[in-house]
Amino acid sequence: MARRLPPVDIVIVGMGWTGGIMARELGPTGQKIVVLERGGPRSTEEDFAVPLIRDELRFAQRTDLMMDTAKDTVSVRNNPTEEALPMRRLGSFLPGEGVGGAGAHWNGVSWRWADHDLKIRSTYEARYGAKFIPDDMPLCDWGVSYAELEPYYEKFEYIAGVSGKAGNLRGRLQPGGNPFEGARKRDYPLPPLTENYAGRLFTEATKGLGLHPFARPTANASRPYVNPDGMQLGQCQYCGFCERFGCESNAKGSPNITVIPVALKNPNVELRNWSWVQKVMLDSTGKKAVGVAYVNVQTGEELEQPADLVILCAYGLSNVHLMLLSGIGKPYDPQSGVGVIGSHYAYQGTASQQMFFEGKNFNPFLATGGLGAIIDDYHADQGFDRGPLGYIGGSTITAGGSGGRPIGYRPTPAGTPAWGSDWKRATAKWYQSALSVNALGAVMPHRQNFLDLDPTYRNRFGQPLLRMTFDFKDNDQKQNRHAAELCTQIGKAMNPTRVNPAFYPRSWSVVPYQSTHNTGGAIMGREPGTSAVNTWLQSWDVSNVFVVGASAFPHNSAYNPTGPVAALAYRTAEAIRDRYLKRPGLLA
Amino acid sequence: MSQPKVGRRALLLLAGGVAGTAGSPAAAQVPAAAAASPAVPVGYTFLKPSEAVFVEAVVTHMIPADELTPDGVELGIATFIDRALAGSWGKGDRLYMHGPWKTGTPNQGYQLPMTPAELYRAGIAQTNAWCETTHGKTFDRLTATEKETVLQDLSQARLKLPGGLPARAFFDVVYQTVMEGMFADPIYGGNRDKAAWKMVGFPGVMANNAQNIAIFNDGRRFPNEPVSIADMS
Ligand SMILES: Cc1cc2nc3c(=O)[nH]c(=O)nc-3n(C[C@H](O)[C@H](O)[C@H](O)COP(=O)(O)OP(=O)(O)OC[C@H]3O[C@@H](n4cnc5c(N)ncnc54)[C@H](O)[C@@H]3O)c2cc1C
Repeated sequence: MARRLPPVDIVIVGMGWTGGIMARELGPTGQKIVVLERGGPRSTEEDFAVPLIRDELRFAQRTDLMMDTAKDTVSVRNNPTEEALPMRRLGSFLPGEGVGGAGAHWNGVSWRWADHDLKIRSTYEARYGAKFIPDDMPLCDWGVSYAELEPYYEKFEYIAGVSGKAGNLRGRLQPGGNPFEGARKRDYPLPPLTENYAGRLFTEATKGLGLHPFARPTANASRPYVNPDGMQLGQCQYCGFCERFGCESNAKGSPNITVIPVALKNPNVELRNWSWVQKVMLDSTGKKAVGVAYVNVQTGEELEQPADLVILCAYGLSNVHLMLLSGIGKPYDPQSGVGVIGSHYAYQGTASQQMFFEGKNFNPFLATGGLGAIIDDYHADQGFDRGPLGYIGGSTITAGGSGGRPIGYRPTPAGTPAWGSDWKRATAKWYQSALSVNALGAVMPHRQNFLDLDPTYRNRFGQPLLRMTFDFKDNDQKQNRHAAELCTQIGKAMNPTRVNPAFYPRSWSVVPYQSTHNTGGAIMGREPGTSAVNTWLQSWDVSNVFVVGASAFPHNSAYNPTGPVAALAYRTAEAIRDRYLKRPGLLA
Repeated sequence: MSQPKVGRRALLLLAGGVAGTAGSPAAAQVPAAAAASPAVPVGYTFLKPSEAVFVEAVVTHMIPADELTPDGVELGIATFIDRALAGSWGKGDRLYMHGPWKTGTPNQGYQLPMTPAELYRAGIAQTNAWCETTHGKTFDRLTATEKETVLQDLSQARLKLPGGLPARAFFDVVYQTVMEGMFADPIYGGNRDKAAWKMVGFPGVMANNAQNIAIFNDGRRFPNEPVSIADMS
């Protein structure tokens, strides 16, 4: 029998970016808040100390800061005719475990998704006609506008210490920024990072092609910085151990050094580590949550934490998993198309062009998370005509790089042997002189891409794994193929000595790392039948459960996700504070 | 020379008691190994003698001595592999190990019911068995050309291992660990004297580059003596 704990007002599941934001914002309401985090504590001094943290084998190869797939994982397959098999070790994506979540080891690239994403269906219908949207693509508007999210984007950029240059300040285009971004009221809190050689060449080449390069906006502090909560960030040292690592200089805007410590200063907020939530407990009507059931993973004890309000902040995939395990909302059935929980699962498109420049040194290890130049011309620019290309979405294209750690990064020209002296010579020759132009592509929802519970495989608690059915469908393939062509075009304009064949994935594999940008599964919207949560991320079915994270995204963009993940979290926190707590019930 | 190069430490191990191992003055090589002052002591904790011979043969073949670095065994890559297999990763740390076990598609990734250490052990035994059947000798005794073919065939899954182990799965773990042993921090036993980092120009763990990033952004090479974890400890 589980031990029942004294009730609290609010329980938050997960202490990463969104859990930290919710705890920070709701702490001052005076509510008694408990945050349950499945993993352990983390501090810069202990966990990210140099030289300990600068260990590619431990952190990048053995994924030390990340989800332990021996305990819980997902099962994967490309389509419903296949049998899903467990992802036995991490590969394609790297969810977090422990305080900070994936936010501890993220890169920091921060975008404001604008109306071309938030109103994607209306935008495409207006421009290309409703027929342009394939029948098997359940494309939807998000139910919020850029203007509504703008203040929350700003809030996140100032909390996380984003380095960048405004492209559109109150409607006025600014040189050096992204001319296609939504109008912003304030510039970024920090100037862009120092450009590296790769970024310079990319900038020159894309300008020459009439495109609009700018420094990628990223939460790697270009200068020492004190955020609005008084938290201090150090200056980024371009150490090249950013993505997959914690930052010893406190220069990466992570929840660990921003929202979480601020939240925990409040005596109303209690963090319980090693607390693995198994499900949200519902009352007999199934319409009200009464708390959560969890396990202390250090003692094995089962506990129940009663609460009036449950906020899931467990990362998109785990949010959906917990909803399915708890019976919150109607699970999606891909056959009939009925149900919403698990639908609209999407991921990230990619394409790349690897090149080699004799005699030029890119010093790929002088790098940081979001360093690089990027173009948004083939994504946010509404002038970019998708008609002849026949796809929805687009790609951002970049060169720069977050590090040149040599177990993972050793490009050689096509045809080079994989071992032996010739391999060594090619590796020695080209390590410094290789450069890749990379595309990050959108993924549109598809009826056959979804999440549900696996019928066979179970986690360490005996619960069914989350099952992921996903592949890059026709629309994504067209987009990624086009992105590969664009990468090649841009690459050639940089005058390389040698060029490898361009790459884009023909199907999704769980093996190579692509991105930790898993979206959908508990999507937001204005209608209960077609969305899992309203635009305040509140479950339509169980109104005292909020589901915060990229699980709410109805599609995935050509941008990284955390900007809108955080903005939506701030908007939700405000709605809970100002409206829900005064009058619990559906906010929409 | 017909005698294929065999890693000297495994040879020492194998030689233990066996007098006069042909053509290889093992004793003369002891000082060489000692002089390199490895970060991790020599000797094997996981690999059995015949396995050590196999691993050293693979490592020496894949990372031969040349103008760039000493051979892979001298770089400590076999030691690295031994420690990796003996340690938590080798024992299946973070690996989801519940059945049912199905082959699946390549997109579904690794699906064998074995830890990396078990996979290594089985792969060595089956590759050696295949070599014995086909060539009448174990892998380490093959000529360089024969070794090259075996490794190519394993990597392309053209070779059918007698115990039914998928060749590619074995090759993948071998290749991964050879590369890790070559380029990981020397504290794990490989990349001795940071030779692989020097080979490519990777500066290692010491990196306060807020100034350097502005200086080395015009195509010139960053001059650096690599720094390892041990150097900073
Ligand atoms: C290598 C890498 C690079 C990235 N780079 C970028 C980037 O450049 N830009 C960008 O926008 N995004 C990036 N991301 C993604 C970014 O990290 C996530 O979008 C962000 O962290 C999501 O916040 P979250 O709160 O939803 O999840 P997280 O920050 O991951 O927090 C979730 C927390 O919930 C906990 N949890 C999960 N299940 C349970 C449970 N059952 N019980 C208790 N606790 C639980 C987890 O342990 C974790 O601590 C990157 C991610 C990775 C891994």
